[in-house]
Amino acid sequence: MIKPKCNSLFVAAAALGFALGGTAAHAQWEPQRPVEIIVPAGTGGGADQMARAIQGIVAKHNLMKQPLVVINKAGGAGGEGFLDVKNSNGNPHKIIITLSNLFTTPLATDIPFNWKDLTPVAMLALDEFVLWVNADKPYKTVKEFLDAAKKGGFKMAGTGSRQEDQIITVAIEKAAGVKFTYIPYRGGGEVAVQLVGNHADATVNNPIEAVAHWRGGKLRPLCVFDGKPLAYNDKVAGDLAWSSIPTCKSQGLDVEYLMLRGFFMPAGVTPDQVKFYVDLFQKVRATPEWKDLMNNGAFNQTFMTGKEYADWVAKEHDRHLNLMKDAGFLAKK
Amino acid sequence: MEEIGNLFHGFATVLAFRDMNIFGYTMSIPFNVILMVIGIVLGIIIGILPGLGGANGVAILLPLTFSMQPTSAIILLSCIYWGALFGGAITSILFNIPGEPWSVATTFDGYPMAQQGRAGEALTAAFTSSFVGALFAVILITLIAPLVAGFALQFGAAEKFAVYFLAFASFVGLSKEPPFKTLAAMMIGFALATIGNDQITGQLRLTYGTTELIAGFDFLIAVIGLFGIGEILLTMEEGLSFKGREAKMNLSIVLQTWKKLAKYWWLSLRSCIIGCWMGITPAGATPASFMSYGIAKRISKNGKNFGNGEIEGVVAPETAAHAAGTSALLPMLALGVPGSPTAAVLLGGLLIWNLQPGPMLFVENKEFVWGLIASMYLGNVVGLIIVLTCVPFLAAILRIPFGIIAPIILMFCSVGAYTVNNSFFDVIMMFVFGILGYVLKKCNYPLAPLVLAMVLGDRAEEAFRQALISSNGSLGTFFSNGLVSSIMTLGLIALFWSVISAGIARIRGTNAATAA
Repeated sequence: MIKPKCNSLFVAAAALGFALGGTAAHAQWEPQRPVEIIVPAGTGGGADQMARAIQGIVAKHNLMKQPLVVINKAGGAGGEGFLDVKNSNGNPHKIIITLSNLFTTPLATDIPFNWKDLTPVAMLALDEFVLWVNADKPYKTVKEFLDAAKKGGFKMAGTGSRQEDQIITVAIEKAAGVKFTYIPYRGGGEVAVQLVGNHADATVNNPIEAVAHWRGGKLRPLCVFDGKPLAYNDKVAGDLAWSSIPTCKSQGLDVEYLMLRGFFMPAGVTPDQVKFYVDLFQKVRATPEWKDLMNNGAFNQTFMTGKEYADWVAKEHDRHLNLMKDAGFLAKK
Repeated sequence: MEEIGNLFHGFATVLAFRDMNIFGYTMSIPFNVILMVIGIVLGIIIGILPGLGGANGVAILLPLTFSMQPTSAIILLSCIYWGALFGGAITSILFNIPGEPWSVATTFDGYPMAQQGRAGEALTAAFTSSFVGALFAVILITLIAPLVAGFALQFGAAEKFAVYFLAFASFVGLSKEPPFKTLAAMMIGFALATIGNDQITGQLRLTYGTTELIAGFDFLIAVIGLFGIGEILLTMEEGLSFKGREAKMNLSIVLQTWKKLAKYWWLSLRSCIIGCWMGITPAGATPASFMSYGIAKRISKNGKNFGNGEIEGVVAPETAAHAAGTSALLPMLALGVPGSPTAAVLLGGLLIWNLQPGPMLFVENKEFVWGLIASMYLGNVVGLIIVLTCVPFLAAILRIPFGIIAPIILMFCSVGAYTVNNSFFDVIMMFVFGILGYVLKKCNYPLAPLVLAMVLGDRAEEAFRQALISSNGSLGTFFSNGLVSSIMTLGLIALFWSVISAGIARIRGTNAATAA
């Protein structure tokens, strides 16, 4: 008597489980209204370009039923954007694309924000940094450049203050025992032109910001701040490809720095909601337009999600804390 | 004359008919020309709505264009830009609300003209001047693009500061109000400009620990408040009457105004040159419009009457702003540096379409570059025709009773203030600025120096500090080469012009006296 009952219970449970499983798969979360991509930087910059490219790709390939809207909140070195997302607890219709100011802005300005106020979604890519000099200058290697810089008075132009460009500059100073005068500008394009016009002696522009001048024969790359050479073998400038640029470490300058291009959501969202965006970004990454974008900017195409990504961000936060403490860039309490 | 050949090839690209499948019929239509008209009309609408400037409009529509050919896409987007440039003048003249920073100088004489019932004349002058300025800039781009790009490279931080200094100097001492009131207004502007993030040290300033102020005050919020809301408060006090009632509704006004404008060819040419210089360096359209207005006021025979509805006071800033706005596209294409916020958005678009702005663009993507330049010519012609036919209708808006139009303006202002940053705090600040504007006007403090300082203050400060950092604190950097010294000297002459001219007059006076 007992057995059949058990059996029927089992069947019922199985049926119920199946039904539940079925509905769960069916009722996978989807955005109910337009989704905002917050860009904590101005229009035309690297993060903005990537956000708008994703918006275009999603619209063109119909990857989402609701539209994506890009909103720039650049005030306070991006602090405006971060606080906006922090204050949208539990809102699954808001995502934010970040650059290194996720770490540097709260540390340098003491605004009430920490990356832990957000839910990590996915790392889409890492942006590279290259040491550039004017092509008219005699130095062709890192060593020649640093020897010249040791005489003093070299000017390094960079984007923003107490942000990634200045952090790298300080790291070079420490590693090579030189001293630069760092001059902050508003954007990477402006920085590159200062170098072309000989108003500065070097920059650490991202590839996409300086590539046009490299191809035009105005700038020369000396080394890339990555652990291994760039993975792009297509000829870019004359016979040279991105992969021809040696790593700085191999040239005796032990500095490595990559910048996060990743997405976060507000705190208090469900795993289902995070999964929707992870899947969406995976679809975006498979499109030819995305591949073109990666190619143009010589991006490092590391993709991470979940715990792996959160751990990476935590580690990177500690690294920035140390770098900025060493450089004396922390906000005074 | 390879450029001319390229240009005609560009015209062919723009005017080409393309077979399109419409409602099942295959038709041959001038696809790019249709895009052009759509772009201009959208742009004008965007320009009229305060807050939703050209940069926002282009940014919103950018992703929609990814499925088009790059040449068609840039034609659509740049036509939105031209349209917004035209549209910005409309609200400045009719309601004293500049939709864009570079329209501020247009309000000084444009709005008084509208109040005197000469709205049609002011609009025609503004549109025509815009066209002339843009055309001059495009011709310049066509003929000497590579040379001009080289000139832009000479501008480092010191040179940029010198340009801002010249813009301030050519504007100081122009207002009818007492000099100390002008100075006080300018200082309020500088103070407002410093709020928020300090670009040079990366620290927050004057936020008093609040998070609302970290973004600083957007220029548009202040301008919509100071001019728009302030004006409505004043009108309410003066008995709810709009003074533009007798505005003429007739297309012949266009021809009559054109006859007048022909006299001011030298003014136009000078404004074009100032505009192109500012656009290429790239300092932008805003200093161009202020500088051009300031210089016109000094040089013109009617200088004393500027601010009371002088047509020259509309021609000068509009011509310069559009010459600058158009030539700002050149550094973007040739160097990858955007000369204006809208150019910055277009730059992002180029990269997504797989086009690399920079010196190689002119070599590798000839069809695109010359298609764009050709669309500048045609887009401006189409734009001028569209806006000029609208003049009578626009002028007629002023016939609507104030009791009806004021709430509508208030609504547009609020929506505009909200759109700038999607923040309700900005809407509140707009009303605060409105009250401030009303009080300042009542006390006879001029608003223009305040606005000028607010728009250019942080840029000037930044360039000044960048220059000093790179010279290790030596002020000599502002006189270190021929270019920067001559701009600074011009600025100093402009600053002390009233003293100098008084001195000259006295010397002449004594000479005359001795001669007699």
